[in-house]
Amino acid sequence: MRISRSTAYGVVAAVVVAVVIALLPLTLSDYHLSTGATVGVFFVAILSLNIVTGYTGQISLGQGAFMAIGGYTTAILTHNHGWNDIATLPVAALVGFAAGVIVGLPALRLQGVYLALTTFAVALAVPQIAKNYSNFTGGTEGLALPTHSGLWLYRTAWIVAGIVFVLSWLLLRGRAGRAFRAVRDSEVAAASSGVALPIYKTLAFGISAAMAGVAGSVYVLVNNFVNPDVFGLTLSLYILIGAVVGGLGSLWGVIVGAAFVELLPLGLTTAHVSSSQSVPVIFGAVVIAVMALIPLGAADLLRRLLHFGSRTKESVQSPLGTEAR
Amino acid sequence: MTAISLFQRTTWRPSSSWIVPLAILGGVIFLVIGSLRSTLFAQQTVSGLANGGIYASLAVALVLIYRATEVINFAQGALATFATYIAWQLIDWGLTYWLAFACTLGIAFVGGFAVELVAIRPVERRGNVLTVVIASIGLLILVEGAIGWIWGNEVKFMPAPFPAHIYHLGGVAFSLQDLGTIAISIASVFVLWLFFQFTKIGLAMRAAAVRPAAARLVGIRVSWMLSLGWGLAAMLGAVAGMLAAASPSVLLQPSMMDGILIYAFAAAVVGGLESPAGAVIGALAIGVLLNLIGSYVSWVTPQLLLPAAFVLMLAVLLVKPSGLFGRTRVRRV
Amino acid sequence: MSVDLIGCMGSLLALRDVDARYGQVQALRRLSLTVDDGEIVAILGANGAGKTTTLRAISHTVARNGTIEFAGRSLGRRGPEATARLGIAHVPEGRGTFAELTVGENLRLGAYARRGSLRDDYRRVYEYFPWLEARGSQQAGTLSGGEQQMLALARAVMQRPKLLLLDEPSLGLAPLIVSEVFRIVRELNEREGTAVLLVEQNARISLATASRAYVLEVGSVAYEGTSDDLASRDAIRTSYLGY
Repeated sequence: MRISRSTAYGVVAAVVVAVVIALLPLTLSDYHLSTGATVGVFFVAILSLNIVTGYTGQISLGQGAFMAIGGYTTAILTHNHGWNDIATLPVAALVGFAAGVIVGLPALRLQGVYLALTTFAVALAVPQIAKNYSNFTGGTEGLALPTHSGLWLYRTAWIVAGIVFVLSWLLLRGRAGRAFRAVRDSEVAAASSGVALPIYKTLAFGISAAMAGVAGSVYVLVNNFVNPDVFGLTLSLYILIGAVVGGLGSLWGVIVGAAFVELLPLGLTTAHVSSSQSVPVIFGAVVIAVMALIPLGAADLLRRLLHFGSRTKESVQSPLGTEAR
Repeated sequence: MTAISLFQRTTWRPSSSWIVPLAILGGVIFLVIGSLRSTLFAQQTVSGLANGGIYASLAVALVLIYRATEVINFAQGALATFATYIAWQLIDWGLTYWLAFACTLGIAFVGGFAVELVAIRPVERRGNVLTVVIASIGLLILVEGAIGWIWGNEVKFMPAPFPAHIYHLGGVAFSLQDLGTIAISIASVFVLWLFFQFTKIGLAMRAAAVRPAAARLVGIRVSWMLSLGWGLAAMLGAVAGMLAAASPSVLLQPSMMDGILIYAFAAAVVGGLESPAGAVIGALAIGVLLNLIGSYVSWVTPQLLLPAAFVLMLAVLLVKPSGLFGRTRVRRV
Repeated sequence: MSVDLIGCMGSLLALRDVDARYGQVQALRRLSLTVDDGEIVAILGANGAGKTTTLRAISHTVARNGTIEFAGRSLGRRGPEATARLGIAHVPEGRGTFAELTVGENLRLGAYARRGSLRDDYRRVYEYFPWLEARGSQQAGTLSGGEQQMLALARAVMQRPKLLLLDEPSLGLAPLIVSEVFRIVRELNEREGTAVLLVEQNARISLATASRAYVLEVGSVAYEGTSDDLASRDAIRTSYLGY
């Protein structure tokens, strides 16, 4: 099997990162471990956004909705039907996939910013629906779930993250991945080359929704609680921020993005920089500064620092296709 | 050669379809007939229009910025809330309501202009549209945090601009509040329209929005036009915010405009993101339809209103993927 | 007017050793040319020779190095807006019309940088293009190609420029309209004294209109001379000008 230099570097880097993640529990307290688990959740969520937006070019801001669907699947099965929590994860993935396909079909008709805002509306509408059908979902009071130790959560989250990462990597290297990128770079060219647009576009939605569903399940387990507000506006916005700060169209940036959105606000709070009221102000300012300094995200910064691989333009494409002004 | 693409971004077709105006006319007739037949219908229509007016102001602000830069300003609502807090503060310091209103508009303009200059321009310089959108999300977080930092998170009481007067017309009760809201929001959008149609700067801003490269060649400083656009958008947002805070169902708190922003997004999308008129029509339609659905469809609870708005949005987009008045972009093969 | 003053200071427009690039591709290499007050000068050459880029370098709509002097002032790092305000009207390839705005608004925008009453300007424009007067509220994008070219010229007239940069005015137009366009250009030059720097594929009509021409090759000047000179030299005509 022919292995390019960048792939070899990639594999080595992945192994190093995996080792670091595996060893971290030795140094962290239980509370910090559950924070680490949340980073893992964001990792999967941002990865799912990357598949549909960064790699396939369909701007979907609806990951929050799929997380909600997955999370509630887990919560309902565990709380109301006594399932084992881990066993609910594949179910959440399947339900998420189905939801993704259902969303992906009308999405075929929409483009660009219209698609983005519609999926954003979905992300906000789903928690409202959950609030409404409270006998089913526990409404605003929510449903409680069995608690687990920080270590268990951390391990679960990162094992799931690892599995999802490897699967994504394999998928993107393969035919589907090439088809996705073709769709992103030019739908017209892709269609003319025989890429079945509707199938691949819907598939991208389905896969990314399945991933987000699983992320939602783990999120619910980490919080040992679910209610509609958990999956509200803030979550969807943070996933988007994390994806862009990490760098769209890259698997590596995802971990930077996930760490950024989860750890920075937390770090600012615990560092007692000033009153806790100033945390969002500082965080918001940092986001703006990051966008001004590294517009294409951490992955692009890394790429430029290391002068990696081929100089193809694909890595610096924005899904919205517009060049820098 | 690609030089042509420099100056002709997308082919432009006037919205030649008669279906949309016909549908709107049909909707208006439906509302009028319904109002004549039922007082509840009339009252809900009017209060729906009032909500729609608030959404319309914010939606036009969104369209203003989108038209010029293809950026969706996620912070538009938060900036509106900030302006409303300033109004509250001025009133707290003793100004009369309308004086505070006027001052707030001026402060909002300067604020919007400054925000573009300080926060957005550095990002636009090297980034693409998505980067600027994320910066606007950062701005949203910043501004809402700043409100909480400066004024605290508790709900504040905003005095009502209109005395609680009820008018009776043919057995229907209309509140002055609702009528005043409709009047002010429509008036502010109208004044803005006058500005764009009949002043030199307004024309320059329109030109800079549709063809920035060509605009530079006639001497228009496009980046200043952009800052002006943000200033005007902030003013419209301030109007929306102050009208919202005056409404009995909305509380003055840092997250006040979060929900309204979503309805404004929906309105702008339904109207076609590049059309201010479309945004107004979309906003009024959403306001009225949601109110009517909430009153007449029993299983639609307040929580289901946002999903209902989403369904409306989707319904329109499936028929017209670029919104009612959006420009159909022809993809060049 | 102060013609002798400009005569003392040298050419109206002078490019010296100008480079320009699109990303990694260098389009102009050490290009030098001049345009004197009241002249019509043509830039000719094959596709990709750098003709359009030259005009873009002058209006600074492309990144450039080197010295560009206009009316005695160095253009330096001024952007396109400032260049327009100095009196250079650039009518780009594709016309740069504001298709979404009306004919009247397009004309109004031509005079954006000017102050004072525009009545005289409108009068002059309607003298050159009488049919424009009735079309004031028509959407500019619905005009025909030839009409849009005229509108672009009219807009440039509103600017009252000292120098007119015309990029491929004949592109996509029928021969009859092309003659009309060039007739108007000549008239503008004779009546207003506007200098014109013209980029054209159609070498024949360019040499008939301009007094001097430069032939570009791979981003630099390969030949320069008077129109008669270039038109009469068979070698130049056949290899560069295609006829």
